[in-house]
Amino acid sequence: MSILIDKHTRVICQGFTGKNGTFHSEQAIAYGTQMVGGVTPGKGGTEHLGLPVFDTVADAVTATGADASVIYVPAPFVMDSIMEAVGAGIRIIVCVTEGVPTLDMLKCKIACDNAGVVLIGPNCPGVITPDECKIGIMPGHIHKKGRVGIVSRSGTLTYEAVKQTTDTGFGQSTCVGIGGDPIPGSNFIDILALFEEDPETEAIVMIGEIGGTAEEEAAEFIKKHVTKPVVSYIAGATAPPGKRMGHAGAIISGGKGTADEKFKALEAAGVKVTRNLAEIGETLKEATGW
Amino acid sequence: MNLHEYQGKALFREYGLPVSTGVACDTKEEVLAAAKKIGGDAWVIKAQVHAGGRGKAGGVKLVKTETEIREFCDRHIGTRLVTYQTDANGQPVSKILIEACVGIASELYLGAVIDRSTRRIVFMASTEGGVEIEKVAQETPEKILKAAIDPLVGPQPNQGRQLAFKLGLDPVQIKQFTQVFLGLANLFEDKDVSLIEVNPLVITEDGDLLCLDAKVVIDSNAIYRHADLLAMRDPSQEDEREAIAAKWDLNYVALDGNIGCMVNGAGLAMGTMDTVKLYGGAPANFLDVGGGATKERVAEAFKLILSDSNVNAVLVNIFGGIVRCDMIAEGIIGAVEEVGVEVPVVVRLEGTNADKGAEILDQSDLNIIAGSSLGDAAKKVVAAAGGGS
Repeated sequence: MSILIDKHTRVICQGFTGKNGTFHSEQAIAYGTQMVGGVTPGKGGTEHLGLPVFDTVADAVTATGADASVIYVPAPFVMDSIMEAVGAGIRIIVCVTEGVPTLDMLKCKIACDNAGVVLIGPNCPGVITPDECKIGIMPGHIHKKGRVGIVSRSGTLTYEAVKQTTDTGFGQSTCVGIGGDPIPGSNFIDILALFEEDPETEAIVMIGEIGGTAEEEAAEFIKKHVTKPVVSYIAGATAPPGKRMGHAGAIISGGKGTADEKFKALEAAGVKVTRNLAEIGETLKEATGW
Repeated sequence: MNLHEYQGKALFREYGLPVSTGVACDTKEEVLAAAKKIGGDAWVIKAQVHAGGRGKAGGVKLVKTETEIREFCDRHIGTRLVTYQTDANGQPVSKILIEACVGIASELYLGAVIDRSTRRIVFMASTEGGVEIEKVAQETPEKILKAAIDPLVGPQPNQGRQLAFKLGLDPVQIKQFTQVFLGLANLFEDKDVSLIEVNPLVITEDGDLLCLDAKVVIDSNAIYRHADLLAMRDPSQEDEREAIAAKWDLNYVALDGNIGCMVNGAGLAMGTMDTVKLYGGAPANFLDVGGGATKERVAEAFKLILSDSNVNAVLVNIFGGIVRCDMIAEGIIGAVEEVGVEVPVVVRLEGTNADKGAEILDQSDLNIIAGSSLGDAAKKVVAAAGGGS
């Protein structure tokens, strides 16, 4: 078991023949992901990386039985791509593209919810279940199959947590990068609920950052519904108010969304927090007694 | 992307919202001419900068004579206005907005943002206009009325009416308020706004609603589909180094410490700053070289960090995913050769091709201190910068 994706997941790529789609599809295939094809309008019927290319997602689903799609198309085309995948009956959409207009996401989120489709991202590294399926841009080799579920708003911060859980020998069940945008397709709570139910996940690492109140809401959820040990780190304790720190969602506005508030809310919910990014692995040892 | 007040009001006019007659001017002569054209015997003149708190800082003034207008223009045009929202250098003033003066009976607040929790555009209205709305929200949250826009059907008149009734407006004002609400909501959706504020939305002595200020922030991600808004961009209001960074697709935010940081990924960049601080140092900047970093961009990033004269040590923290560490190492060497680096540089490379990257740095004759982990690298750079602060 794992969450969201496993060795049976059949993945197509939207934006398959583009530079990013090509590079990361090659990496995914090399990792062992069951890539079954890709979509580039106008290139249907051709072959790319040894896989069939389709004009539409619907064609790809009919021909390959794909249930997951990863999106690498440029930001202006993301809403269209997500809606096409939803219409074609894809079960889980991972959108890596960054720079998607926020109002587009308000609409896409509703469409995905109505159709019962899981959307991860945009502006995210993707999802990986080690040794089974890698959908996204994360370096596969730093992962190790194991018992920690990782959920994070940031890409490279996820890698840092992955490395520390690999180094300590615990490994990961599934790692989910939910992305750094203000309106993510899936939020912490969605993923925490899945980890809580997953028998292979024995502990959870949650990595947040400044801006918004997603971490505070997650803390409330953890208090009520999560029985597994949770370790958390929040990035941006030194960030000045009013400045967008790279991610569109990472901004302290009106004195809200500070790292301190988030740490406090998580601590109050029984989460073992660390203010030292270098000590996630150690904190996990303390929280689990492993 | 921030708009100036006069640009926001131009949009307001386009959407039929009530704003004062006004003219945005570049020179004192233009302001004087505009005063004559507007007529009357009193005007409000406002320095146009991307920051709030202008009134308290002397950037907004009620003037009644030509002499007062001249004095205001001489004091502000071509200088920098410092408010509680700017840094110590302030923002440059190159435009002055002059408007007809109106008698004010009371001041309301009306604003809208995208609420992340409910995933809706949410309007906020309050009878407590003209003051800092954050304070009202904190001290008397019951005084803030809210209305969420349904993304499918858009804003509805009944929502405007409900807010207006609760604000205690009279029947004529209720109609006006509903129009203001609908106009702002349509503007929000049409122009990909991320924040809009009318503070204050005043009731004049004649009993009419008037948008006295306009704060509009556009979603930068959506600017590609709004050429008209892109043309309103005022680079002079942006930090010079941040503007250079943007040109190279780097994310840079200047801070006031002495340890320069170069990191890939926004989250890790923040995490690196926090770690430096945790070990007693003070970060000089946030810098994310991004996922698709090239040798050239790394070199530019390095130059940018070193252009800050406060920097006396640099920490490079790269977790290679898509970014290859050997390429980063070559970028560092290129930058050092081009600009000459006299401060100590601590480098921690992890992930894709980290060994190769370390080897390249080893073989160069540069004075580079290797960090084995994030904690180790942070300790070393704090020591190299002269110890804890």
